[in-house]
Amino acid sequence: MAETEVSKKRKRPIVRLAVLLLSHSVLVSVICCTAGVFGLLLLPVLAKNTYISENALMPGSASSMLSNQEVSEANKLIKELNNLHSNPLGATTESHGIIAKYMSNLGAQVNNHKFHPQLNQFHPLHFFSGPDSGVMQENSTRSLYGINTVGIIRAPRGDGKEAIVLVTPYNAVKGGVRETLSLGIAYSVFSLLTRVTWLAKDIIWLVADSQYGEYAPVAAWLRDYHTPAFSNLDSLNTETCHVGNNNFESKISYGIRRSGTMAAALVLGVAYGNENEDTLGIYAEASNGQMPNLDLINIVHYLAVHRQGLRVKVEQFHWLLNSKWVKSLGEVFESLGKMVKTLNPDWKLGISAADYVEGAATLASSLYHQALGVPTGPHGAFRDYQVDAITLEFSLRISFDRLDRRNDFLLHGGRLIEGVIRSVNNLLEKFHQSFFLYLLTSPSKFVSVGVYMIAFALLVAPLPVVAASLYAKTLDLNPTSEKDKSATSNELGSVLQSWKWLNSVKTVFVVHFWGATVSLLPYFISQIPDSDPTTNFSVWILLSILSLEILRWILVSPSSHIYGLPQGEWAILKSATISSFFIGLGLMSVINFATAEIGALLMVPMALMAHPLKLDVRGQSLRSILRMICNLVLGVISFPPATFFVFKGVIEGFSGIKAGDFWNWVESLWAWNSATYLYIEYGNIDRLSSDKRESNKDAPLLSCGMLLLKEFA
Amino acid sequence: MAILLSRRSNLLAVVVLLLCQLFLYATVSSSGSVLKQGGGEEFSEELLLKPFPDRKVLAHFHFQSRAPHSSSHGRHHHLFPKAIAQLVKKFRVKEMELSFTQGRWRYEQWGGFDPLSSNNAKPPGVELWAVFDVPQSLVDVYWRNLTHTLSGLFCASINFLESSTTYSAPELTFKPSFGNLRYGTLPREAVCTENLTPWLKLLPCRDKAGLSALMDRPSIYRGFYHSQRLRLTSSESGSDEVDSGIGLDQTLTVVLQPSSWRTGKTYSVETNIQPSWSISSIFGRNIPGKCVIAKSSNVYLQLDNGLVGELKNLERENAKYVANTFESEGFQSNHAFKISVTPDKVFEEVDNLHGKSTSVIYGFSVEKYSDSQPFDLGLTWKIPVVWSCQQAPLHASRFLMGSGNERGAIAISLEPTESSEGLPTSHIIDGRCELRVDIFQVVPWYIKVYFHTLQVFVDKQPRAMADVVDKIRVSPSKDKVSPGVMEMILKLPCGSKSAAFSLEFDKGFLHIDEYPPDANQGFDIPSALISFPSFNARMNFSEDEFLNNSPILSKFQETSPVLSYTEVLLIPLTTPDFSMPYNVITITCTVFALYFGSLLNVLRRRVDEEERILRSRAGHKAGWISQLLSRLSAKLRGRPQEQPTSSLPHSFISFRLVLKILLVASIAVTWQYYFG
Repeated sequence: MAETEVSKKRKRPIVRLAVLLLSHSVLVSVICCTAGVFGLLLLPVLAKNTYISENALMPGSASSMLSNQEVSEANKLIKELNNLHSNPLGATTESHGIIAKYMSNLGAQVNNHKFHPQLNQFHPLHFFSGPDSGVMQENSTRSLYGINTVGIIRAPRGDGKEAIVLVTPYNAVKGGVRETLSLGIAYSVFSLLTRVTWLAKDIIWLVADSQYGEYAPVAAWLRDYHTPAFSNLDSLNTETCHVGNNNFESKISYGIRRSGTMAAALVLGVAYGNENEDTLGIYAEASNGQMPNLDLINIVHYLAVHRQGLRVKVEQFHWLLNSKWVKSLGEVFESLGKMVKTLNPDWKLGISAADYVEGAATLASSLYHQALGVPTGPHGAFRDYQVDAITLEFSLRISFDRLDRRNDFLLHGGRLIEGVIRSVNNLLEKFHQSFFLYLLTSPSKFVSVGVYMIAFALLVAPLPVVAASLYAKTLDLNPTSEKDKSATSNELGSVLQSWKWLNSVKTVFVVHFWGATVSLLPYFISQIPDSDPTTNFSVWILLSILSLEILRWILVSPSSHIYGLPQGEWAILKSATISSFFIGLGLMSVINFATAEIGALLMVPMALMAHPLKLDVRGQSLRSILRMICNLVLGVISFPPATFFVFKGVIEGFSGIKAGDFWNWVESLWAWNSATYLYIEYGNIDRLSSDKRESNKDAPLLSCGMLLLKEFA
Repeated sequence: MAILLSRRSNLLAVVVLLLCQLFLYATVSSSGSVLKQGGGEEFSEELLLKPFPDRKVLAHFHFQSRAPHSSSHGRHHHLFPKAIAQLVKKFRVKEMELSFTQGRWRYEQWGGFDPLSSNNAKPPGVELWAVFDVPQSLVDVYWRNLTHTLSGLFCASINFLESSTTYSAPELTFKPSFGNLRYGTLPREAVCTENLTPWLKLLPCRDKAGLSALMDRPSIYRGFYHSQRLRLTSSESGSDEVDSGIGLDQTLTVVLQPSSWRTGKTYSVETNIQPSWSISSIFGRNIPGKCVIAKSSNVYLQLDNGLVGELKNLERENAKYVANTFESEGFQSNHAFKISVTPDKVFEEVDNLHGKSTSVIYGFSVEKYSDSQPFDLGLTWKIPVVWSCQQAPLHASRFLMGSGNERGAIAISLEPTESSEGLPTSHIIDGRCELRVDIFQVVPWYIKVYFHTLQVFVDKQPRAMADVVDKIRVSPSKDKVSPGVMEMILKLPCGSKSAAFSLEFDKGFLHIDEYPPDANQGFDIPSALISFPSFNARMNFSEDEFLNNSPILSKFQETSPVLSYTEVLLIPLTTPDFSMPYNVITITCTVFALYFGSLLNVLRRRVDEEERILRSRAGHKAGWISQLLSRLSAKLRGRPQEQPTSSLPHSFISFRLVLKILLVASIAVTWQYYFG
């Protein structure tokens, strides 16, 4: 005994530390989780000011060349287009003709691009494939098509290896003043750029036909730009079917013209503003939480604020702005900051409560949109091709009808775009200098990956600790039972005893498999013709329950009763689940941080609290009942549909919620190949694992009971 | 810019020597008798101006120096640059062409069919090819030395072409050669005055007198296209008196925007009138007379056939009585435009094969002009004229396909141009009408092209390679040794609407020190060369003694295939960029690997230990033979006992097994269905 004690003391400090952590796993997990959540709430305080990292960009160093002349030319275009809208007959074809005519008069190369709006289809096995699986769906209707107009300015002395893309969504049928104004801005810049000598990169102006949504035309054009189908027998772009009464129309080719690799893309839009100053909205989130380089946002912000006097805003959760608890939290942080400042004036943690609320609302929306994985505008299509892109949305304070006001607006908007293009044009390299992984808390403040990862790491840290301690406990527990067994000379049993974790891993795997099946089910369900979301949703639920029963019948039950039912089995199962959960979350944090963070927020408490219900029911102490209630609540909340409904209820009020909404939401997620979908699947898995933990307890008992009954019979 | 300093000092010496010579000449020529036959050497200078349909003007300078072979006249040169003569002699250069280009030649607007564009449209950056008169084993050595010498001569990083990864030896498509041709390009080389100055130093008058005095640096570098070219031909042991010796052709081609348009923003969309220009408005200078030692000094104004055709139409429409006179007089004073100087000569192209209108060239001799009365040619447009230049039979464009950092594809698409529809397709081979197209493409080694993935589409339908490709020569790239070269001779059926080729490639990983130290923009794939050997870019003029003496016009009459270069492509490769995201990803992945590894290790080790303990315990009891025997007997005994009890679950299990197999099979089938 003395010898073993000595050897224990001689253990390395790291091992001792591990043992200490394991023995206090509950305390550790409570502390870490709280710290993680606290860290997340602290993020708006820790946000840094943005700065332009790449020196080559030099925003605003050259004075703007855009003058009233370009604006008056743009006004001509706007007027002509607006006149078209007043008489709706044949506006579609003619507006394309007019835009193309204006472009080619400037000396740009013009072509039309015809596309079919691709219906969003879910390909279960193409989930991870890139954007280039541009195979046309056979059943997509041939009669529907849109026409993009593309103008290219070749840089006078450039070698045409790189290009900057300017996109203006334009709906020829329903396009209002807003869209013609965005065309006007783009046109004024475009007409300036045909004359300047400093261009080193080509400029592509894409007038995207937005009658089938703003994203689809841009995505279609990008697809044809990057992966044209040479062998398409009934190719769109060679058809000469277009009948335009305009003579000019016939001259424009439908073949796609190309320039070089795209360096950056800007999407322009105009919105009706109801605020009392001109604002510029920046939308940056692309699919699966990918963000453009922070420098791109920085240039826009710098030029808009310091050169054009626009107020820049990014998306916010407005319901958070008015919420009481965020405000009080902000006040707490404010007073904390003041206190810290009295301790050491160098620590600048102070942030006013109002700033905190703003920051928190922006951060929450930033997190949400990144986690959701659905791009917030047409710029998302570019990110699939590694092109940095953002959407800029101008909004005006007064109506657009007053001409002087409109000219002023065009001038400011055009100068901003000119400045951004000039900066990007200066850039010799790809965007790489600044951050790609960040969360915005305001247009000029960001939280970098190095900071927000800490909060996440703290949140996730208890998982391995708890898993290890659970496993260690069962091992400590088992020797006592093993002694009995070894007394009965069952040596094989003791070997199997230590392989027991394999059994629970198998259970976990089966549940994961079920989760995968469930996540693939909607594809088949969506094939059912003429069904509304609510029935689809119920069919989905029914099918998933059915498949669960089948799987349990086939795969789970036989193994679980072979080795009897040691007390520690649920603990091993839990530890296996938790460790797989940890690995999954960790990997997800690399792919899409926001998804992982939100997933962790929802599921870490549940995973840590999970405990067999049966034991709790039996325990009948206050503690076990509390634990049971917590488990049930957490289990319900983190069940994805429930999460969705709760979230929606909080934002929009509980009144108008239908069961079909979830189906619609899920459908939109497939369409974007969102990683959140994986999370849903994962959520299902985890939910089920915890369910399993509960139901698993019952299942072996039941089967044992059955066996006993049989024997008795 | 890698400049070899040692070479530079050499160069200085040469320059000083040349300066002395020039001084000598100036004194000699001022005495009256111009050294016309300066030891058989001669020099002539010419300038061609041509308006383009897109309101731009082409200026094409051509300087020609000739020297008889040095063996007959010793080492001394009167006019010919000694640096070049030494270079030819030392490296035994038979033929060489070096071009520095900035900007792109716009084939669609500026034409691609005439000899001017075929000869002078060059890919961006530096292009160098040379034919050596040495045994094949020595060619590479001579090439390397040549690149270094040129690098010193022209202050450019041509010495990067010495590395075997940058040059290639085309055999099929580029030029008929016997293995002693080398070809290399540097697409990223920036071209500026530092390259022009040494080039000008090769001229006997520099830019001090004659046509080269027009070369005002800001105005010629402000243009849309700038290409300076140097071409050398040398022939050993001249049997033919005219062609023997060394010929040096220096050309500078610039496309400029007449300044009237730039300054005045009054240009409006409605009036398509061409900008009026004059030499002084384009260059900001005048021609102060000829270079005194030049044999001839001429300025030409070319109106291409599209423009002439359009003008004739206009004439016919407007006034029929003028039409009679204008054939004979040319149209220097018609109502469409006005030329400020009366031309000395008018050359009209003899009806070429195309059956269309012919181009007209006005010749002006600069000899009678001097400092006091400088030559200034101006062209004033009176009415708007719209025309288009004649284009190459097919418009070639090359682009990249795919996205991501792993793989991609290069595609070349050929589409008929408007002008080619009217071309007589008189190339009937074996009863089939075919159009021959040659493609020559060099791909750097880090773009790993899979040549077997070559796909051919004609009229948007996939074709077998043998149907279209007549001949193909491929030399695959070797990592860090040589680039991949593909030469194809295609036979496209006439009247095909489009043709496309695609080649897949993998992007390679470069070693960290193989990245250039510059800003990481990406890597370039040099331009591919598309040529149409069945079409000849040449102009026929009626026989005239004058034509043979004019370098530009005689060049125009030479038979040469129609050539066009494609765009340079930019490929982003994976970059060792150890900035934030990469760090985060690396660290996170490491943490997970550690966690996962240690977890498995712990679990596995415990099992191993227990098994070992068990085994050792069993070993203590009895030897392995008895153990085996006991196990065997236990099995033999156990089976009949257990058989009846396990019969029920056994059948149950087998049913379950069937289910499992079915499940797996169904998964496999669905997988196959969706991926197949």
